[in-house]
Amino acid sequence: MSFLNYLISGISLGSVYAIIALGYTMVYGIAKMLNFAHGDVIMVGAYVVFTAVSTWGLPAVPSILISMAVCTVLGILIEKIAYKPLRNAASPLAVLITAIGVSYFLQNLALLVFGSNTKSFTSVVPFPALQLAGGQLTITSVTIVTILACILIVLGLTAFINKTKPGQAMLAVSEDKGAAQLMGINVNATISLTFAIGSALAAIAGVLLCSAYPSLTPYTGSMPGIKAFVAAVFGGIGSIPGAMIGGILLGIIEIFGKAYISAQMADAIVFAVLIVVLLVKPTGLLGKKIQEKV
Amino acid sequence: MKMKMNKTAKQNAVTYGMVIAAFAVMQIMISTGHISSSLEGLLIPFCYYVILAVSLNLVVGVLGELSLGHAGFMCVGAFASAFFTKCMAETIPNSLVRFLLALVIGAVAAGIFGILIGIPVLRLRGDYLAIVTLAFGEIIKNLVNVLYIGKDSKGFHFSMKDSFSMGMEPDGMIIVNGPQGISGISRDSTFVIAVILVLLTLFIVLRLIQSRDGRAIQAIRDNRIAAESVGINITKYKLMAFTVSAALAGVAGVLYAHNLSTLSATSKNFGYNMSIMILVYVVLGGIGSIRGSVIAPVVLNLVLDYFLRKFQMMGSNVVLQFLSDNRMLVYAVLLIAMMLFSWSPKMIQWRERVFHRNTEKEAQ
Repeated sequence: MSFLNYLISGISLGSVYAIIALGYTMVYGIAKMLNFAHGDVIMVGAYVVFTAVSTWGLPAVPSILISMAVCTVLGILIEKIAYKPLRNAASPLAVLITAIGVSYFLQNLALLVFGSNTKSFTSVVPFPALQLAGGQLTITSVTIVTILACILIVLGLTAFINKTKPGQAMLAVSEDKGAAQLMGINVNATISLTFAIGSALAAIAGVLLCSAYPSLTPYTGSMPGIKAFVAAVFGGIGSIPGAMIGGILLGIIEIFGKAYISAQMADAIVFAVLIVVLLVKPTGLLGKKIQEKV
Repeated sequence: MKMKMNKTAKQNAVTYGMVIAAFAVMQIMISTGHISSSLEGLLIPFCYYVILAVSLNLVVGVLGELSLGHAGFMCVGAFASAFFTKCMAETIPNSLVRFLLALVIGAVAAGIFGILIGIPVLRLRGDYLAIVTLAFGEIIKNLVNVLYIGKDSKGFHFSMKDSFSMGMEPDGMIIVNGPQGISGISRDSTFVIAVILVLLTLFIVLRLIQSRDGRAIQAIRDNRIAAESVGINITKYKLMAFTVSAALAGVAGVLYAHNLSTLSATSKNFGYNMSIMILVYVVLGGIGSIRGSVIAPVVLNLVLDYFLRKFQMMGSNVVLQFLSDNRMLVYAVLLIAMMLFSWSPKMIQWRERVFHRNTEKEAQ
């Protein structure tokens, strides 16, 4: 039974990684950059919900909506101020280092605004846990909501990208920015939209992450953020189903590693997965191979 | 051509001279007693920060790849050398000889890790390389935290679980104690040795950059495919830069370990945050500018750590108080501003316009 319990908590953690990884993978697909600050947007989202629920006394759903709105604006602002001026920079390192700077900035801003002490996050899903097999198998309500949210988001996002005009514009921009512009697509707006969607998803991920692991500090987002990037690479960067599969597999690997190998080495195991994937199949499970042009 | 060589030599001399001058000023201040104990305590950290920044600049500025695992190599150097010092405390009583050997061991250990990690990692580029070096840095930190090594009459014992499972004799001594790390390291780092190491680091890095090998490394940075097509062995030169950088980070780690009596790997000293700190120094000093990497760590620490704290003690000023309390926030804003200023195509155009206007005036 403990195996099943671990499996379920692995899938639950993995679903959170998957939601974060979707943000990474979309931004990477379109802006061709690793948005290091994505993990910290998660933290900001969680803090907004925390403030809305515990300080303003709002119910869960409006709090989450406010948090999504704040993160959306934040994501767009980050892109406009920090990343857009460097889009055509001579070195690809420029935007990467700036992204690290933004991540660092958000962490320290949160430290300034909210302080360094750990906030205990109250779960936004106040339903009782589900007991199966005579109480041996417990599935918390957060787990169920997380997994459902992940599935809904993946389905919704796939439909959005394949069926709507803005979604098709995203695909076009990720294929070829110049050609997309010639076809009358507003490239800047499409990139902003991508950051907006990614950041709104980050807010949801932040709430779910902190509902399952209820300790919130300014550094809460950075490790899950990096692991979600690992998940995105694992599944094949740029691929939405890949991000989901990668995220869930990584969550399972992490929880099993923690349970059966060593609790302190769980992070090392996750990173070892990344290294193995990049060496054996750098395009990930579902990624496309990109030919390099001279 | 001869002109140019002279210019390079002059530039190098300025860089070395700067370090020696700073050292001389500090020595005079120490001997005349005009130095506060808090500043004196910062002298050795200045030196290892400079070594770290210069060595990271070799990878970021000269090789053109972003490594986020630099603190990991520092960690390897620190632990390898501290382990050596702890084991040899009785065998080699002369602290200078022991420390010099520890330096060699730290550098070699970090260099070996550099090669081992470099071989798989350097097949990647850009974002992937950055994240994988970050991963390796975290793995090193994690591994050190579960490492237990003890020594007794029967020899060395090793475990990755806890200190009891090593099964030591009662006379045994735990040397590496998991998350508690190594304690009771003899504090062999001195300011003089540290400055000599800074000069040595500068010598190695500048010689490398200005040699044939260094030009090959820069060619790879500027255009990998063109470099490959003129017969430059990409893997060899990338690995060379990466390994030298790792070994020098190991030297910084040795200085770090022997400046404190207790060494443990936390996210603050050997984790991702430290790697970012070093990157901030490199970026603010100027990517690719070795002299900048010498100046930036010292100036930033001196201004933000030392002077602000001093002003704060003299009288409270809201702005200064804010700056000294939120040093990291200042770093972050400086980092972003610096990147936008020096890399944004629009800013480069603007700067060229201003610069050209100046040269025109000079011509008139």
